[in-house]
Amino acid sequence: MGANETGPIGQSVRRREDQRFLTGAGQYTDDVTMAREAYVYFLRSPHAHAKISGIDREEARTAPGVLAIYTGDDLVGVNGLPCGWLITGTDGKPMNEPPHPVLAKGKVRHVGDPVAMIVAESLHQAKDAAELIVVDYEILPAVVNGVDALKPGAPQIHDEAPGNRCYTWALGDKGAVDAAFAKAHHVSKVDIVNNRLVPNAIEPRAAVASYSRADESYTLYVTSQNPHVERLLMTAFVLGLPETKVRVIAPDVGGGFGSKIYLYAEETAMVWASKHVNRPLRWAAERSESFISDAHGRDHVTHAEMAVDKDGKFLALRVTTTANVGAYLSTFASCIPTILYATLLAGQYATPAIHCEVTAVFTNTVPVDAYRGAGRPEATYVVERVVHQVGVDLGLAQDEVRRRNFIRTFPYATPVALTYDIGNYDATLDEAMRLADVAGFPARRAEAAKRGKLRGLGYSSYIEACGLAPSNIAGALGARAGLYEAGQVRVNPTGGVTVFTGSHSHGQGHETTFAQIVAGRLGIDIGSVEVVHGDTGRIPFGMGTYGSRSLAVGGTAIVKALDKIVAKGKKIAAHLLEAAETDIEFADGKFTVAGTDRSKAFGEVALAAYVPHNYPLDKLEPGLDETAFYDPTNFTYPAGTHICEVEIDPETGQTSVVAFSACDDFGNVINPMIVEGQVHGGLAQGIGQALLEHCVYDRQSGQLLSGSLMDYALPRADDLPTFKVGTKVTPCTHNPLGAKGCGEAGAIGAPPALINAVLDALAAVGVKDIQMPASPHRVWQAIQAAKSGATVAA
Amino acid sequence: MSIPLSLSVNGKAVTADVDERTLLVEFLRHDLALTGTHVGCDTAQCGACTVLVDGRAIKSCNVLAAQVAGAKITTIEGLAGADGTLHPMQAAFKECHGLQCGFCTPGMVLGALDLVAHHPHADERTIREALEGNFCRCTGYQNIVKAVQTGAAAMAK
Ligand code: FES
Ligand code: FES
Repeated sequence: MGANETGPIGQSVRRREDQRFLTGAGQYTDDVTMAREAYVYFLRSPHAHAKISGIDREEARTAPGVLAIYTGDDLVGVNGLPCGWLITGTDGKPMNEPPHPVLAKGKVRHVGDPVAMIVAESLHQAKDAAELIVVDYEILPAVVNGVDALKPGAPQIHDEAPGNRCYTWALGDKGAVDAAFAKAHHVSKVDIVNNRLVPNAIEPRAAVASYSRADESYTLYVTSQNPHVERLLMTAFVLGLPETKVRVIAPDVGGGFGSKIYLYAEETAMVWASKHVNRPLRWAAERSESFISDAHGRDHVTHAEMAVDKDGKFLALRVTTTANVGAYLSTFASCIPTILYATLLAGQYATPAIHCEVTAVFTNTVPVDAYRGAGRPEATYVVERVVHQVGVDLGLAQDEVRRRNFIRTFPYATPVALTYDIGNYDATLDEAMRLADVAGFPARRAEAAKRGKLRGLGYSSYIEACGLAPSNIAGALGARAGLYEAGQVRVNPTGGVTVFTGSHSHGQGHETTFAQIVAGRLGIDIGSVEVVHGDTGRIPFGMGTYGSRSLAVGGTAIVKALDKIVAKGKKIAAHLLEAAETDIEFADGKFTVAGTDRSKAFGEVALAAYVPHNYPLDKLEPGLDETAFYDPTNFTYPAGTHICEVEIDPETGQTSVVAFSACDDFGNVINPMIVEGQVHGGLAQGIGQALLEHCVYDRQSGQLLSGSLMDYALPRADDLPTFKVGTKVTPCTHNPLGAKGCGEAGAIGAPPALINAVLDALAAVGVKDIQMPASPHRVWQAIQAAKSGATVAA
Repeated sequence: MSIPLSLSVNGKAVTADVDERTLLVEFLRHDLALTGTHVGCDTAQCGACTVLVDGRAIKSCNVLAAQVAGAKITTIEGLAGADGTLHPMQAAFKECHGLQCGFCTPGMVLGALDLVAHHPHADERTIREALEGNFCRCTGYQNIVKAVQTGAAAMAK
């Protein structure tokens, strides 16, 4: 055990959860077993769009081991899956919100849409029975591309969404933007595609659902980032069960990245069926099933224009986006390309006027929802690509064009609804440039050129809004839920502390970070703090983990509960020390009468609370157990600059990321080691998006072409460089930890840095545009097209 | 059809009757309740299921239990001491923060042991190339590479 094992706040304490993960003792959902369990298999649509004219399951029903087969019509009294955010369009009307049946009813709308649920004694038997089910499909023309789906004559996916439109929504002052464009010295333009991604947490989604006849209650183990939200949506909106009768446990979860936020059809159907079959039911997705059923990410097509004056000062930004939301609205789908996207289009810049119009469109693809960054990577990609273009158009260095426009006075109200509380964008840019050795770049470029290679340097100065979210603001913007967090601190009679948090850890290390906060604030050994998360049966309430909110919101809820503990402890100590409560100070685990050496240790006060023999029972309840809900007053605004250096082989189009430097401002940091790990992981996903990952559907048949890990390029160890990372700190002004959030920064900052670097490298051979991912084929084609004077389509 | 099977798992002799279609990973997870071996894919790409068979790292989702009859299998559960003391490679992963969600971790650690057995002094490039068959979606690999180097050095002592 290293010396730092006991050090609390600000230390790289080694993770306490690692022991179980490193010895195979972790308990992931698929590791949970129950007596008499039966297996579930979902029969899914092989077609992108088809009418179901009949389902014949007679033969399957009598196949060996089959316990039950359910289709959409059997789920009587079960509602569709809800969407948690109502967007109101520019026409003043609510978004079109077609039903999202748990099992398909009458029609399938994407490859993978679940059609039937088979329950059998073994998985083999369930699969064999599925093969015997005859579904009569009447195949319809499909549309998978968002822009195609809006064209007149496109196949109509839902009756409730004419023209496949979910909504057209806008933010910003259009008049001010038009006026600024009219007097602009220059307008820089980009047409960009934010490629569709498949999250691919390495643990596939899974569920184990059981029903107890004794108290008519259900228990669901599920791969979820937010078990309380899962329970709330499932009981109140879909199954019509009392929340009190459903316990949702998200045990160890093997990565989420957004994809495990949502209420999915599979676990919902399983909870329902566990009562009907009266057996515990288990299901785990196969990877190919994950590809066609986990919510995807991104998939925007955008045109952006920046109006600038002759000095390169930004005057106005105009953005038009088509967002593909897939076949149905997933849980938070509607707010990603709106509330979490357009509000971030100011970036780090004092652009005075911004207008953004977004059309969300249904297609015959897997639903799209939040994926690491969720709207903010899309916004950053737009801003940083167009800023790069301004630099190119005006012949300004990339750091210079950014510096000329940085926001430097705070708080700063953007023209797109947010107020940044604090930041220092020069500091992160300077440090990133130092890490990247920008000064040495010309020499490295010249050296590469001697070897026939093209080098490029790309910048991305991103901002994100984290710490979701002030509930009143979110509510005014259409949220159908609050976005606070709950924390409970239970001091046990012997002084050990159990912390119950509504945040959920699926790799983020809360069991360590939160214990550091508690140990640090109470002045006790970290070893006597236990952190409990992921169980609606044990935790008061919770909104879960997404949007880099766990520390800023969940951590603050714990701090608020700790404040209550200390306040009560002071009362108890005052009694024990026969002093006035106002004279009691708490520090280093001791309650002391100010100016004296008379004190009581935290443990003594805890014991007195539970053995109240000498205790102010007339004024104070016994016990030391406090709960707090924390609703933030503002978002937090992590920001930073990422600089990517690439080397391209013009003969093959192969792009190598030779260096990647990132300087981020996450506010105060509790555990630098964990924060750095989060940055690494985010960067890997961001580089993955820009260089490798691409979810591709066949535009005719609607079949998913990149439907396995053999076709979809997840970054491997040798695709990535060793990252150089640094931090600068401006503490968040409105939470007691001064923390902002770090989980998504890498995925937000990296893509434009990489693509800008590719464009910088390829400028030498006349290439002006490239879309993500910058695959060898694409890069090579762009080089060839530039040589022949043509432009390449996206 | 059921077939008899004997092999050694984490130093213990195991005999069982298994369906001939049973994959090694299914046998480990279901029959022996060794759930530290994970399943992350269906195309033998991810490496979450990696175990050592006679000292060699193999993907247990891609081999039938019957194929390893008589072999010595080591899973993640077989590395730490009886008192919970971590194997130097496990300790290095903890020290270097080479894991986040932990799902890829057992496969990474066992893959690393195979790598170190063949290349005790592997450099970063070699380690990155050797880890090609193991996906991690959380860490960006940097700390895994560091952990493998640190673990290898500790094992050489
Ligand atoms: S489970 Fe993915 S390689 Fe074996
Ligand atoms: S630690 Fe999560 S996949 Fe590697």
